[in-house]
Amino acid sequence: MMNEPLLTRHVGEPGSYTLDFYMQHGGGYGALRKALAMTPEAVVDAVKVSGLRGRGGAGFPTGMKWQFVDRTSPRPKYLCCNADESEPGTFKDHVLMERNPHLLFEGCLIGCYAIGAKVAYIYIRGEFHHVQAILEAELAQARAAGLIGRNIFGSGFDCEIHVHRGAGAYEAGEETALIESLEGKRAQPRLKPPFPAVAGLYGCPTAVNNVETLCNVPLIIDRGAEWFAGLGPEKNGGPKLYCVSGHVRRPGVFEGTMDTTLRELIYDERFAGGIRDGRALKCVIPGGSSVPVLLPDQLDGPASFDGVAAAGSLLGSAGIIVMDETTCMVWAAENLLHFYAHESCGKCTPCREGCDWLHRILGKIERGEGQMKDVDLLLSIANNITGKTLCAFGDAAATPVLTTVKLFRAEYEAHVREGRCTVPAPWRSDARAVAAH
Amino acid sequence: MSFHPAMDYGRGLHRSARALPEEGPPFAYTEAHRQALESICARYPPDQRKSAILAALFLAQRQQGYLTRTAMRHVAGVLGCTAAEVEDVVSFYTMFYTRPVGTYVLQVCRTLSCALMGAERVTEALCVQLGVRPGETDVTGQFTLIEVECLGACDRAPVVGVNDEWQECQQPEDARRLVDGLKAAGTASLTGCHLRVRGDGPA
Repeated sequence: MMNEPLLTRHVGEPGSYTLDFYMQHGGGYGALRKALAMTPEAVVDAVKVSGLRGRGGAGFPTGMKWQFVDRTSPRPKYLCCNADESEPGTFKDHVLMERNPHLLFEGCLIGCYAIGAKVAYIYIRGEFHHVQAILEAELAQARAAGLIGRNIFGSGFDCEIHVHRGAGAYEAGEETALIESLEGKRAQPRLKPPFPAVAGLYGCPTAVNNVETLCNVPLIIDRGAEWFAGLGPEKNGGPKLYCVSGHVRRPGVFEGTMDTTLRELIYDERFAGGIRDGRALKCVIPGGSSVPVLLPDQLDGPASFDGVAAAGSLLGSAGIIVMDETTCMVWAAENLLHFYAHESCGKCTPCREGCDWLHRILGKIERGEGQMKDVDLLLSIANNITGKTLCAFGDAAATPVLTTVKLFRAEYEAHVREGRCTVPAPWRSDARAVAAH
Repeated sequence: MSFHPAMDYGRGLHRSARALPEEGPPFAYTEAHRQALESICARYPPDQRKSAILAALFLAQRQQGYLTRTAMRHVAGVLGCTAAEVEDVVSFYTMFYTRPVGTYVLQVCRTLSCALMGAERVTEALCVQLGVRPGETDVTGQFTLIEVECLGACDRAPVVGVNDEWQECQQPEDARRLVDGLKAAGTASLTGCHLRVRGDGPA
């Protein structure tokens, strides 16, 4: 457990988003100055040694991602910051961008220097319009102060940062779909390989990094890769933002090192403060809606990439959704499959057709119109989506079904047997049948 | 043949329809919007003007309220792509409207974190308040109610987006206040984002 937050220390203070504040209390672009005195290779090496893993969901080592970008290519190189933040239950990048945008800009600039890019695009989801306003205003401030633009700090390094607004598409958070969207097309994923590091934006070598990932980079350059790697468990170093939502007393974004346990994040007074209304915990989705559910006895491992994987789930985007005993798991799965059916980009048949089909069957069971064989059909459909799509969306969409049927099969069967929802909750609508659209 | 042996296309599982948006009146950007678009195009390589397509469509939508076929053809002409490419994009992204909408588009987040906190009942209360079903515009033409997927404000659930602003921690019993507030004072009546710390000026 670290003593003080590093990424979110000042976010509650007035004016924390301004350049003046950042120069006085934040990093003040000192890490950029330091990085520009290093060779780009040394910057990449530092990030590799730090062990920084991507905060967007996959946990891939950032240094390695940057190393794959071909600096010797005669074509332009690009850095794309993934600020699409659309994974249900995830709201951490929002805080960083709204309250500490200059940390992100500094991370983008260092990243560009490391991979030989002269332009970074921050792809922000369309619904974050108020956040975009802050980013644009603060970019103008940084530009006016000579921190972005030509010959930064007299080093000969030129770099521009632009904000690119999305328009409502979960799939745009997938890195190749993000690139497609940036090119002015539908946000649909590409066949990989080639990976973006080889052929990304406009066919040029590209690195795509999450907001929180890039915000960690200035810390690594400023305080050293070894210091960073030493924060928290091995191979899971550095500060981490956790988003806790659902049936907890104090939902919010909390910063900790990755030796913090899920149980602490949910129950500890420093974090979410326990389950609301004194109810009992039913289950937890630890990494955004796309990862397997954990039961109350599976929360004592560290909330790290490796720790949550050992518990049988994934840390993903660290969107921790907490459900108490009043939650019907068929309803929850139906809710999530509505999301996936709505957001499937339609490129791969199993996902496009399968998500919609899963959602219909779940709705049928939830309304009490299901049959016993439907439960096995759910598993069969989900297993025919998993591993059969271009991107991870298919697996993500199958997960709520596979995991809830596995852990709560009795609840599904009770719906069928009794012909009604057996876990109706006061906070749900009873007048409205499960939405059929 | 479907991807799954048990899938029967004949029973209505396969739905594919292309509904052409309305033709609409003649459309051209205002001078201000045209200039704003050119400054956005300058962010991309000169041969990649199509990268500005989302921004171009947002501007057209701001100008006309929703997107028509004449607007899409105009956007295609300005960006140097085909009208089909523009329609392809419009039909994919959820924030583009191809039908008229009210002055205020109320977007109730329906995804899990908000649903756990009672978003279904918030939608219900707003339906009653406005006399509409989700997807419809009320008789005054002022309010359109839609349900949307995760807005990324799960710690302030249930959240309702109103145009480009947020109303956080909305409860069913707040429906009247939300609607009356918008009628009286517009989006200034909204809670906005809680991260805007007291004392901070508008960005």
